[in-house]
Amino acid sequence: MLALLSIGTTFSIAGAATEAPITAAERSALIDEGQRIFLKGCSSCHGINLEGSAIAPALLGVGAASVDFQVATGRMPVADMSVQIARKQPVYDEKQVEALAAYVSSLAPGPQVPGESQLNYERDGSTAEGGELFRTNCAMCHNFAAQGGALSQGKYAPTLMGVEARHIYEAMITGPQSMPVFSDKTITPNEKLSMIKWIKAVEAEPQLGGAALGRVGPVTEGLLVWTLGLGLLVGVAVWLAMKAR
Amino acid sequence: MTASERIAGTVANYVDERTGAAKWMKKNLNKVFPDHWSFLLGEIALYSFIILLLSGTFLTFWFDPSQREVIYEGAYEPLEGLKMSAAYASTLHISFEIRGGLLMRQIHHWAALIFMAAIVVHLMRVYFTGAFRKPREFNWIIGIGLLTLGIVEGFLGYSLPDDLLSGTGIRIAEAIIQALPVVGSYLAFFAFGGAFPGEAFIPRIYTVHVLLLPGAFLALITIHLMLVWYQKHTQYPGPGRTEKNVVGYPLFPVYMAKAGGFFFIVFGVTAFLGAVASINPIWLYGPYTPGQISAGSQPDWYMGWLDGLVRMSPPLESHVFGHTISWNILIPGLIVPGILFTGMALYPFIESWMTGDKREHHLLDRPRNAPNRTALGVMSLTFMLIALINGGNDIIAITFDLTINQIMWFSRIGIFVLPPLAFVITKRLCLSLQRADRDLVLHGRETGRLVMMPHGEFVEVHEPISPQKAWLLTQHEQNPPLALEESDLRGVRRPGVLKNKLRARLSKAHAVAIPKVTADDLKEIEHH
Repeated sequence: MLALLSIGTTFSIAGAATEAPITAAERSALIDEGQRIFLKGCSSCHGINLEGSAIAPALLGVGAASVDFQVATGRMPVADMSVQIARKQPVYDEKQVEALAAYVSSLAPGPQVPGESQLNYERDGSTAEGGELFRTNCAMCHNFAAQGGALSQGKYAPTLMGVEARHIYEAMITGPQSMPVFSDKTITPNEKLSMIKWIKAVEAEPQLGGAALGRVGPVTEGLLVWTLGLGLLVGVAVWLAMKAR
Repeated sequence: MTASERIAGTVANYVDERTGAAKWMKKNLNKVFPDHWSFLLGEIALYSFIILLLSGTFLTFWFDPSQREVIYEGAYEPLEGLKMSAAYASTLHISFEIRGGLLMRQIHHWAALIFMAAIVVHLMRVYFTGAFRKPREFNWIIGIGLLTLGIVEGFLGYSLPDDLLSGTGIRIAEAIIQALPVVGSYLAFFAFGGAFPGEAFIPRIYTVHVLLLPGAFLALITIHLMLVWYQKHTQYPGPGRTEKNVVGYPLFPVYMAKAGGFFFIVFGVTAFLGAVASINPIWLYGPYTPGQISAGSQPDWYMGWLDGLVRMSPPLESHVFGHTISWNILIPGLIVPGILFTGMALYPFIESWMTGDKREHHLLDRPRNAPNRTALGVMSLTFMLIALINGGNDIIAITFDLTINQIMWFSRIGIFVLPPLAFVITKRLCLSLQRADRDLVLHGRETGRLVMMPHGEFVEVHEPISPQKAWLLTQHEQNPPLALEESDLRGVRRPGVLKNKLRARLSKAHAVAIPKVTADDLKEIEHH
């Protein structure tokens, strides 16, 4: 049993974010460190054995990718559970996240954190294909330019601007909160990289037509025309009709 | 006489001998127009229309109104190699490869938004001042026609690029056509030349957008302006202004200079917006395919209220004789707008029926002196505003940390509760303002100077207002409500009693007013 576990752990850590090989001793130290953090910071909701509770899901089998996405983006540990767990300043640093991920995935296998070489979207992705895939699969919630959008009952699809490629990838394979899972069968790893490449291209795209007005479509355009546009024109009309003094 | 004057005289004489223009111009260039900033609002719309014609013509040089499938090989890399319609590809071409193309596209689109906004504020001015009254009812209807056509023209215009957002709009338009009971599906097939999306709608929309509707606009605007010319412009009340004169400045040189200058200012503001603010970034939307949709798909603002009405309607549907009737689209998409626009077009006749007033009016009302009309206007605007807000419910929700559901329920309830509330509040405000006017005439202006009387009492000194101001505050008519007897002298009930009852009640509501100061009132107060 222990042997099996250690084999599983070996494989799961092998694909983790740090690609430099680490020794077994380092690995178990990492897992121990992760367990310590978990018991202190996570177990009150997720249970001492990751079994979950009334307010938090079980974490067996969620994988290192899930842990990395949730903790490294600051979503976990959660501050406000009312509607949706929001991105915030991370509580744990990278090393601690890695340890947590190692610990959680040491108990049951799950999706792994993609390594640097797996995330080379500049090399493996195609922007145009990514855009097409994004519009088909993501734009209905995240908006045409990945600016985010509202869902029902106060839930929302967050903006993807400024999100690390690794986290976008992890979100697709783990499906956090309202988001569905996009498995490698639905969208292949290369297609995922294409989507990330497109998102990064949109992020880096200069404001081609002038002020982008939030890239949310006609609502802000209408607001601008009624405030600045008509404001200027009516102001000029008032000025033109003033009596010369 | 200098040399240049001599040449000018010779040229003018040459033209006049051949056209007889001098007589016509002498008469018309001296035509007098009253001066007020609110009379320039319609001009903003007119100038935006000219900008639309010019910039639109530029765009037609390169736009390819076709749904023929092409592979994109243009300058915008994120769409490289994608299949798209020639319409979309050519719009990208205009945006990125034609010199000044993106600027022109943006000027065209901003001008369209300004055009519609200017029409709405112009309409508000005409409505709230009662400028639509006899003899200008036809011009009011033409105005409503221009507003309606403007909405259609704008919608068709932003549908042409065949991007993801515009295709979504077309899809909704198809749904609204289909919602027509019985004939809906057939009409939709007819309009789209088969099943949606087909390959017909872009070329068809193009013809309507660049040929038919601009032609209709030109014709209607011409009649609109000719009627203004012929009927003369209305004027605000004031000393020396009557129903029989027009006080103002001559067309030449004053208004020629002002209007000419204003055109360039409108063009300048539009070009400024086009240069600094992005509008309709179609390259980000991507090409249209029916399988895709973006969060926050909204129409332009002048359609936003319609979208808002559809978004707030509950899912009602019934099945009659094998036909589905989608009340959830039929009511907000067709019935309510139909009632609103018909009511708006007929309002001059409705008001004249209510008041029994069949006389000509060239002096405008101050909005407070027509409380019922003003309140009705504010009520309608409140209705539209709530619908418009709900049209952007998702953007508002995510911007202000609200939920779509909260905004939807606010709108669902608010659309019934708030307009009547706005009516009551506005009417009371108008009456309060009338009361304030009355006080002002009777007791004068408060100077803020406190004086201690010999016996110790403090009083504020009031200063009488100028005769001009007093005239302005008392010049309006206050007509009694219609007296409609239910029965004639012999006690026999007249026909149409119910109708008369309604008319009498409306007339009474319309005539509510604080009695204005009369000469007798003033004499009495001088006595004290």
